[in-house]
Amino acid sequence: MNGTGDRTPRLRAEHLTLAYDQRTVATDLSVAIPDRSFTVIVGPNASGKSTLLKALARIIKPRTGTVHLDGRLISAYRSREVARRLGLLPQTSIAPNGISVRDLVVRGRYPHQRMLRQWSVEDEDAVLDAMRLTGVLDLAERPVDDLSGGQRQRVWLAMVLAQQTPLLLLDEPTTFLDIAHQVEVLDLCADLHEHKGHTIVAVLHDLNQACRYATHLVVMRPGGEIAAEGDPAEIMTAGLVADVFGLPSRVIEDPETGTPMVVPVARGRRTPTPAAATADSQAG
Amino acid sequence: MLDGLVLRTHGGRLSLRLDGRALAVSVVLLVALAVVMGITLTSGDFPLPLGDVLRSLVGEGSPGADFIIYTLRLPRLLTAVFVGAALAASGAILQTLTRNPLGSPDIIGFTNGSATGALLVIIVLQGSMTQIALGALAGGLVTAVAVYLLAYTRGVQGFRLVVVGIGVSAMLLAANSYLITRARLQEALAAQSWLIGSLHDRGPNQAAAVGIGLAILLPLGLRFARRLSLLEMGDDAAKALGVNVERTRFVLLLVSVTLAAIATAATGPIWFIALAAPQLARRLTRSSGPGLLPAAFLGAVLLAASDLAVQRILPSAHLPVGTATGIIGGLYLVWLLATEARRSRL
Repeated sequence: MNGTGDRTPRLRAEHLTLAYDQRTVATDLSVAIPDRSFTVIVGPNASGKSTLLKALARIIKPRTGTVHLDGRLISAYRSREVARRLGLLPQTSIAPNGISVRDLVVRGRYPHQRMLRQWSVEDEDAVLDAMRLTGVLDLAERPVDDLSGGQRQRVWLAMVLAQQTPLLLLDEPTTFLDIAHQVEVLDLCADLHEHKGHTIVAVLHDLNQACRYATHLVVMRPGGEIAAEGDPAEIMTAGLVADVFGLPSRVIEDPETGTPMVVPVARGRRTPTPAAATADSQAG
Repeated sequence: MLDGLVLRTHGGRLSLRLDGRALAVSVVLLVALAVVMGITLTSGDFPLPLGDVLRSLVGEGSPGADFIIYTLRLPRLLTAVFVGAALAASGAILQTLTRNPLGSPDIIGFTNGSATGALLVIIVLQGSMTQIALGALAGGLVTAVAVYLLAYTRGVQGFRLVVVGIGVSAMLLAANSYLITRARLQEALAAQSWLIGSLHDRGPNQAAAVGIGLAILLPLGLRFARRLSLLEMGDDAAKALGVNVERTRFVLLLVSVTLAAIATAATGPIWFIALAAPQLARRLTRSSGPGLLPAAFLGAVLLAASDLAVQRILPSAHLPVGTATGIIGGLYLVWLLATEARRSRL
């Protein structure tokens, strides 16, 4: 697969078996997150994208296999130590009733705080920075419940940013947002990646957005296997889309960015076998 | 940029953060508690001037005043204060853990479990007061374990815990009724009077037992309070912030269940304090966290004031305090349902 550069990346998983009770999500899954990359994981439903992300963040324990963070087994760290190196925005988080934007962002500082160090100058700076970056400073006093979906997602991002971790894992950060807010959140992630030097791993559904923003793309297929991995421009082909999603498509150049753009084949032209569809769309 | 107080040492090595509004509410509640305690100790069949009460409390009172304070009024008052605080803290923890305002020990079966334990001792074993209390303690704890295990599949979710708890509670209520029908008259009367939570005839032993329990368990709960407020955001979010979710939940459940069981063992079931006090405290402090201390203070005020009311308003009726808290709690529940219903309709 893809080379991992001249030194081992900070976050990598080897030979993971991931399962919930009886249901196995993935077996022998290995992935390395290139340092300072904007890695995007895509794949059809039930391909284990979120599960992989959770295993990388130590939210769930793999049945077998290992996750290494900064050269050590992630399971060997204390919980807070992991939270100082790696931040995760889960798919579903619950804003406590009536909590203000600021109080929610403040909670991101928990891994840095102690019994007798509840609110340091660094805490204050981190919270202010995070709120400024995500543009929620003006909303500081507002209850989170009153915000729009896009604003709320920016607040959650601010909370994770306040954690000040070099690694950021985002589980479907654009779900439930309209297209304008999706772009807004992804642009923010791209800024964080480019200007702040964060390594970002995001699970996304939209292949075109994934190709646009990812510097490293991981494509998973049902059963938790990695179908392809690398630069989106190199790996995103109609063949891959057909193989992974079972969807005949053409891959053209995004007129804005020049990155690959997946255009599903129109229903009238759909041909019965995927192989034929692939050949057809690649010819076109 | 934070409201509230931040105290820092010079180098910034140590810093404390206090929520201004919660602090103010706590102070007001403590003043209210002092007033209620003052009225309780000075008024009654033998009115005592405040000066006599204070002299007695510092150990320089007359024998008569000492008898009234130390034998008649103070043990009962302290039991009320400690039990109120214990129930409210228990409810605050459990409601936050279950993320459900109905997740309180009196709703999800722990209180009825304590009653079953007590009734078994009264009716089957004909035990002493101490044995009844131990029976109630054991009953509450066993019920909590049972509810936890019944609700357990891959971790415990709040809503399932509440639903299972309500079911268990109903079954225990049936069991309790059955036990009473099997009892002889004398025991049935004793059982019935235990079942109506009362502070009547509660002596220094009860006050001390609940006080000690509170002194151990409340600090433990406070130590985990911040982790508790992170748990409210969902298990994954809490884990991502470095909270050891399983251990935190286990310790807090243990604290909550034990507080409720000890309180119930001392006085019999007193309804609604655990349900209402944490929610009321939350509205007063407008805080986004569980606010254990304000809840505990409010619980103490509510129960002490309720007991004062039943003693002074209808002294001849010997009303148990459970009736007063029942009325307060019922009104609260109606109000809660009405406002929540209105909010969701808008």
